[in-house]
Amino acid sequence: MKLVRFWGTRGSLPVALTASEVRRRLVLAVRNARGLALPTDGDVESYVDGLGFALAGTFGGHTSCVEIETGGPDYVLCDLGSGVRPFGEAALARHGPRAPQTYHVFMSHVHWDHIMGLPFFGPAYIPGNRIWIYGGHPELEAALRRQMDPPSFPVDFGVMRADIRFRHLAPDVPHDVAGMTVTLLRQRHAGDSYGYRFERDGRTVVYTTDSEHKLSEPDETRVFVDFFRGADLVVFDAMYSLAEATTVKADWGHSSNVVGVELCQLAGVAQLCLFHHEPASDDAELAAVLADTRRLEEITRRGKPLKVCAAYDGLEIRL
Amino acid sequence: MQIASQRYADVVVVAPEGRLDFGNAGDLERALAPCLAAANEAPAGVVVDCGRVDYISSIGLRALMIAAKALRARGARIAAAGLQPVVAEIFAISRFHNVVEVFDTPAAALASMSAAAAAAFGAAAGAERT
Repeated sequence: MKLVRFWGTRGSLPVALTASEVRRRLVLAVRNARGLALPTDGDVESYVDGLGFALAGTFGGHTSCVEIETGGPDYVLCDLGSGVRPFGEAALARHGPRAPQTYHVFMSHVHWDHIMGLPFFGPAYIPGNRIWIYGGHPELEAALRRQMDPPSFPVDFGVMRADIRFRHLAPDVPHDVAGMTVTLLRQRHAGDSYGYRFERDGRTVVYTTDSEHKLSEPDETRVFVDFFRGADLVVFDAMYSLAEATTVKADWGHSSNVVGVELCQLAGVAQLCLFHHEPASDDAELAAVLADTRRLEEITRRGKPLKVCAAYDGLEIRL
Repeated sequence: MQIASQRYADVVVVAPEGRLDFGNAGDLERALAPCLAAANEAPAGVVVDCGRVDYISSIGLRALMIAAKALRARGARIAAAGLQPVVAEIFAISRFHNVVEVFDTPAAALASMSAAAAAAFGAAAGAERT
């Protein structure tokens, strides 16, 4: 495996920057530039880069969709959130409509934010494309078809002319898919969710979203530590603070940055990527969570360092 | 882990030591249990003296959350006091200062909860000095 690319990173619901927020940022950036000498484009870009991600960037607003470049010829995706729309556009722009491709899609579960992008996934409408959709839920196909039924959507699932097939994967046993060894783990979430461990060419990526960790069950903790063991990258549901996840939002099916750090430290993971961001959080709040998480890793480190990042739409992580 | 527990009037002060993590958070739960089970054990509340705690993990914080929930249900309070810098940072990062009141010292926590407990604590501290 070579690279992980994030097309959608937001939890629950897509979000977008408002016009007033864009204007506020521009005013601030221009105001801060008063008196600076910025004669070249390079100077301007350096200045903008120095403003910080929460002002000069954005974590973005699409719901879950993550691409893994395996080094093989096929595309591999995790989840079909709204981020699959720009992914599909990029794939079509790259290959054109007359060069059939194979897409392997691994579904964490079938809650709306993880399936809502499929009706807008361009390659699904083009004959010749092959879309293999994998998951641990027996109702996977029914859920994806149902969201396109009237009166919820004007285009029926049957209009999609790609060869779309569904394959149930049993948890806890390795499966050989797209040149990878893929293992599923059932997770604590309403209606269950599944985490995925992808292994190929000595590299390991774990995709674990919509997963609550109760902490009160040592055996359950050990299972997750083993599932994460030695991974190069763990994409982790860090939707809430620990305080929220254990009090007012207990049993909502999500986890925290604090638990992400602890599990990854116990498992000897190389990099933790905070994922499935709370839609009510703005960029400044998410940047603060990232800074906090890096600090937590620093003050609790006992072995090798754990690199920590926060996913944003467009982020690429080389393995 | 040995956890000292001392009652001052209507407040109990619990004082764990070392690391509160997966290995021994259960000891803290057991030390807090009597205060949660019977209202007459700690009528006004519990102060967790963290002065000798050098690390607390999510499972340790969870023990505090469970205690906070039980105490609040019967109108009592819980506070953490004397946090070492690392533990104070963990509280802030986990946003647990929204779950458990935090004070600089056990004396300050007791004073906030109960005049009688603060007086008893002060008297005990004075007796120790003599």
